[in-house]
Amino acid sequence: MNISRRQIMVLLPAAAIAWKYVLAGTPEESPNYKMSDHWWSMLIDIPKCIGCGNCVRACQTENDVPDGYFRTWVERYHVSDWKMENPEVVMTNPMIAPEVISPDGGKEGFPVATDESGKYFFVPKLCNHCADSPCTQVCPVGATFISPDGVVLVDQKYCLGCAYCVQACPYGCRYIHPEKKVADKCTLCYHRITKGLTTACCEACPTGARQLADLKNPKDPIHEFLKTHSVQVLKPQMATGAKVYYNDLDGSVR
Amino acid sequence: MNGVEGFMYPNEVGLQWSVLIVLYPFITGLVAGAFILASLVRIFRVEAIEPTYRLALLTALAFLLVAPLPLQLHLGHPERSPEMYFTPHSTSAMAMFGYVYLWYLMAVLVLEIWLDYRREIVLWSQSSKGLLRLVYKVMTLGSSNISERSLTIDNRVGWIVTLIGIPSAFLLHGYVGFIFGSIKANPWWSSPLMPVVFIFSAMVSGIAGVMLLYMAITKLRKLKIDVHCVDSIAMYLFYIFIIDFSLEMLDLIHRIYEADESFRSLNFMVHTQLYFSHIVVQICLGTLTPIVLLGITQVVKLPEIVRKRIYAVAGGLTLIGIFAMRWNVVIGGQLFSKSFLGYTTYKMSLVTREGLLVAVFLTILPLFFLWALVKLLPPWPVKTLPEAAAGD
Amino acid sequence: MSVFKDAGHLFRFAGLFVLAFLVFLVVRHFVVPKSFGQYGHYRGAAMGEIAAHPIKFAGHDTCETCHADVADVKKAGKHAHVNCEACHGAQAQHASADDPSTVKPVLPDTAVLCARCHTASAAKPKSFPQVVPADHSQGLACNSCHKPHSPGMDAGGTK
Repeated sequence: MNISRRQIMVLLPAAAIAWKYVLAGTPEESPNYKMSDHWWSMLIDIPKCIGCGNCVRACQTENDVPDGYFRTWVERYHVSDWKMENPEVVMTNPMIAPEVISPDGGKEGFPVATDESGKYFFVPKLCNHCADSPCTQVCPVGATFISPDGVVLVDQKYCLGCAYCVQACPYGCRYIHPEKKVADKCTLCYHRITKGLTTACCEACPTGARQLADLKNPKDPIHEFLKTHSVQVLKPQMATGAKVYYNDLDGSVR
Repeated sequence: MNGVEGFMYPNEVGLQWSVLIVLYPFITGLVAGAFILASLVRIFRVEAIEPTYRLALLTALAFLLVAPLPLQLHLGHPERSPEMYFTPHSTSAMAMFGYVYLWYLMAVLVLEIWLDYRREIVLWSQSSKGLLRLVYKVMTLGSSNISERSLTIDNRVGWIVTLIGIPSAFLLHGYVGFIFGSIKANPWWSSPLMPVVFIFSAMVSGIAGVMLLYMAITKLRKLKIDVHCVDSIAMYLFYIFIIDFSLEMLDLIHRIYEADESFRSLNFMVHTQLYFSHIVVQICLGTLTPIVLLGITQVVKLPEIVRKRIYAVAGGLTLIGIFAMRWNVVIGGQLFSKSFLGYTTYKMSLVTREGLLVAVFLTILPLFFLWALVKLLPPWPVKTLPEAAAGD
Repeated sequence: MSVFKDAGHLFRFAGLFVLAFLVFLVVRHFVVPKSFGQYGHYRGAAMGEIAAHPIKFAGHDTCETCHADVADVKKAGKHAHVNCEACHGAQAQHASADDPSTVKPVLPDTAVLCARCHTASAAKPKSFPQVVPADHSQGLACNSCHKPHSPGMDAGGTK
């Protein structure tokens, strides 16, 4: 690694700015972050996901997620040819539905698929940070809430661990932390995004299938993307105001 | 994954709400039902049931005092539960229930019992000795006024309290139903019928419970059971059970007819995972059998001894059936995946904080409370009731 | 006032209620956290506490401030959009150390690492480069032929 003196003169100030964010501490102290300037969301591009599981591992590392529980996970769907040709069979038998697997949440990737027929796709899932979230609605004490910048968070010092929010989430993204005995879930890496970094899962994704998006930022590429692509949210019939948008989401995804 | 059939979201595999959360609506249901029985006497003047009036109130109190315990044992941080009273979230049915519980306990049940017993409490505070005397004295709130007029006022106020108590009892258990019924994420729970079904099944369980307790306690006291009383209770039990069963059948028929996305998955679950607890225990043993048995007593004139036996069996089966109903709602609602693509199993532990032993203990505990209450405030005329002492 | 003459006990009962309510209000004043209700029905300070969680992944911008040469090579190749820590793991400790060379990241094992993404599977998008490792490399390590930072064989990435 050869860094010339000139490069150091140019790069050091840039490094200083980057580190000001990393070392800053709290959003109030970080002078460049105003909650009202942001409305966070995420974009997931299904055709790009290769099911490598990097995101699941990165999230676990970044957020100390206990084994067996998942703040994010990846599902692999396989809709075989004969299922596509016989939709009524799929409907009448709930066990012969699109074959979905998520071995350990996809943390170590997926076993090699050998059946060349039908179609496969990977669906990374996480908390949808719903604008009208049913989980914050049911919390008896106000321990879970949506922040002014659009991130649904859990106040782990206030949570009773009643698990009502876990029951109320239609997407299964919450769990009770086995040691802390409070509700836990994806925080959209709040400690990172308030300092100008991206989430751990987006950072680790090798194909760009996951992208953090700021709906309030006029320069964010999501605005153009939403205009030019067919984009859905999970379980739209629940009217949760989910803010994780999926490009090319198949109708069989549950 | 152990115990998982098909696909479940990774975080869904372990159940969140255990048998303790099954016990909690069962206990609050008994409270509401027992109170409704008492209100039949006080408001609707069903004289025949009068022998169980005070017992019903004490039963309601005994069970209401135990009701928060399964919840406390389930919480990850029970020491933070006062937060529900200090910062209740107004959109949360659970938080609002905390206040409904408190209202029902203090402004309805305790007040009504106090007003009904006040005369005896004052007399006992003058006639008993030692610690018991102190307890009664505290319960008099320092007032020894048991003049005719004060007792008439007590009666009037008590009547109003009971009147308010009826919708309060509905609110108490209706809210529990709403805690489940308002969860759109869970199609097994989400239904506007849920609070209504809970209320009527609560009445059924409470009435059956008080009837059984009355019969058992009377037998223990080696006295004769007032057959006219249990006949009347059984009649109300029968008709309210019909309503309860109709509501549950309405829910079932509606689901089968509309057959929405969740139906296939739930139907499969009821026929496999939940077959024993739902079809066999709840419906056949716990609902149809008691209804038929009670129906027979309403239509055919049977000898007293046979009727009493039938009431006891029907009452017991009813309680089992209503418990099974709570089980099927709470546990059943967590056995299927919200993706409708898989199922898990409930592994009930034995000796942990939320295990079977604790559940059994919490079911028996109200009977101990009831025993203590019956000793403190006997619900039947005491043989040696002292006259008001002149200056004590 | 005659209506109150025989109802004294009721007033005492009501009085107990009022007293209990007042005690409740006083206790509540001291117990409810100060920042509660600042932004909504929750503790405002919670957001700051959550945002203070330690960072484990430094982020590619930070890596590039020191490793600009590697970044330039990567930008011109097939792994242009693969961030450094996607393969090298979380490196915030390395980047924030006073002397980063004391917290050297462990070189990833290519046999495991490359296989995760590039093992052929009917499930992966057809356009994604994937091989059957055993057939493709006959047991050789991936970086025997491919330079990880610019792995394309045609772009002069061979060793």
